[in-house]
Amino acid sequence: MKKVIEASTAVALGVKLCEPGVIPMYPITPQTHIVERLADYINDGLLSSEMIHVESEHSAISAALGAEAMGVRTFTATASQGLALMHEILFVVAGMRLPVVMAVANRALSAPINIWNDHQDSISERDSGWIQLYVESAQEALDTIIQAYKIAENRKVLLPVMVCLDGFTLSHVYEPVDILKQEDVNKFLPQYNPLFKLDPKKPITMGPIGFPNTYMEFRKQTHDTMLDSINIIKDVNNQFKESFNRSYGNGLIETYKIEDANYAIAAMGTACSTTRVVVDELRKQGKKVGLIKIKSFRPFPKQEIISCCKNIKGIAVIDRNISLGNEGALYTELRSAFYNQNKKPIIKGFIAGLGGRDITPDHIKTAFKKIENSSDTEWLL
Amino acid sequence: MIEIRIHGRGGQGAVTTGQIMAIAAFYDNKQSQTFPMFGVERSGAPVQAFARISDEKINIRSQIYNPDIVIVLDASLLETVDVTSGLKEKGTLIINTNKKPSDLNINRNFNIRTVDATSIALKIFGRPIVNTPMLGAFSKITKEISLNSLTKAIDETFLKTKGKKIAELNKKAITAVYNQTK
Repeated sequence: MKKVIEASTAVALGVKLCEPGVIPMYPITPQTHIVERLADYINDGLLSSEMIHVESEHSAISAALGAEAMGVRTFTATASQGLALMHEILFVVAGMRLPVVMAVANRALSAPINIWNDHQDSISERDSGWIQLYVESAQEALDTIIQAYKIAENRKVLLPVMVCLDGFTLSHVYEPVDILKQEDVNKFLPQYNPLFKLDPKKPITMGPIGFPNTYMEFRKQTHDTMLDSINIIKDVNNQFKESFNRSYGNGLIETYKIEDANYAIAAMGTACSTTRVVVDELRKQGKKVGLIKIKSFRPFPKQEIISCCKNIKGIAVIDRNISLGNEGALYTELRSAFYNQNKKPIIKGFIAGLGGRDITPDHIKTAFKKIENSSDTEWLL
Repeated sequence: MIEIRIHGRGGQGAVTTGQIMAIAAFYDNKQSQTFPMFGVERSGAPVQAFARISDEKINIRSQIYNPDIVIVLDASLLETVDVTSGLKEKGTLIINTNKKPSDLNINRNFNIRTVDATSIALKIFGRPIVNTPMLGAFSKITKEISLNSLTKAIDETFLKTKGKKIAELNKKAITAVYNQTK
């Protein structure tokens, strides 16, 4: 059934279809609509999850950790300062291999205080051990929540997943969304069957101390799993396509008109949608340009990106974040991916859309024009 | 694709206008997208909402700078906000006022249309609720969405949350404004 709904509602409906047992929630703009809708569903008897109204985001993620350790499917959502406040526990959730799914309505970090969109909040949690998937439409948000549980709970993965959607720029947009049927989702996503759980009848210890003789092995294991999850993410995307006749590239990256392109624009989130429009426009002018949408930022799909760039001379990377003192995060990652390749495209970084600054077709066109020239980071203001 | 900007004041329901417009357009088998001016809403302060309606999938996600159509829910905004900002040449400007277009002193090449939605709303709701009634004028003038789809969109938006009585009043007001709009 297709309906015009807000992207936040699409996230909430995706969560509802996955029927988590526990949803700790703490409101923060621009995420609040997601947990408000979930609270509505619980209140209206449409969802039987236990809602825990906590006193901070640190508590929200801690409660999610506890519930997930008890073997219960869990969801929470946050943004910006809320995600920053979760920082400490994010690493614990990943290290304990708890498949929590969380939506992040991406928002800038203070100071100056700013409630609008950029990717600084989730990019700053890059090394936390969470899989990070960035979406560009309300439909993709709903679909990706469902895929996220299937990826996270796969016993070869058992890692938490962040589903990142641009705050306001996507979270507050109403557009047509195909709402999946519960029985179809039940077939796609089996009930959560935890490998280990806390149980008084069968006591175990989770998250104990890792001494210098074991800690590194745990870290390597988690890292190896993150790399292996690349194949699981692809599999889940394929299975989703078989079940629902819809997919997002290979699950890790999605390309548009890249096959015969000489130049590519690489971006994440809603900037990709606007880039599609610009690609169409530039193609009409005879420019051979395409889009590389990086959906999975962690794990970073190096090989997949390299494979689709065989004939690419230049890549313009749009970063909605800045690693102060260096450059945009996606730019760093992309250049690193090509370092050992014999044939390297020119790669240029562009900082755009910070703190809610609109990313317009003109910005993307400017970035395209500049990849034919030098190679330093520039700001699109 | 046509792009629409809606001007109102915080609390007048400009965002809801966009939502019902997008839902109605989808009932008319068109693609649609709507979003508010992102920010902090304050009651009474000037606010904006945006919508796009297209026969094809809408990809663009930047804000709207050059609308084809502007809807003004509150004529007092004309004194403080440049509601014609970026409006395309020969674009349509639909204003809720009891004045005639020629009395508004907007001497530009726009298709300016006025409708006294406030008077109709006062008769039907007993309150100056104009955000939904103005959609009747939008439908009649632009023909981008049908009256039938608008009434369906009203049901979808209000039946569950506000009840049958409110939904019926809204439909009545939309139809009255539709009929009164030339």
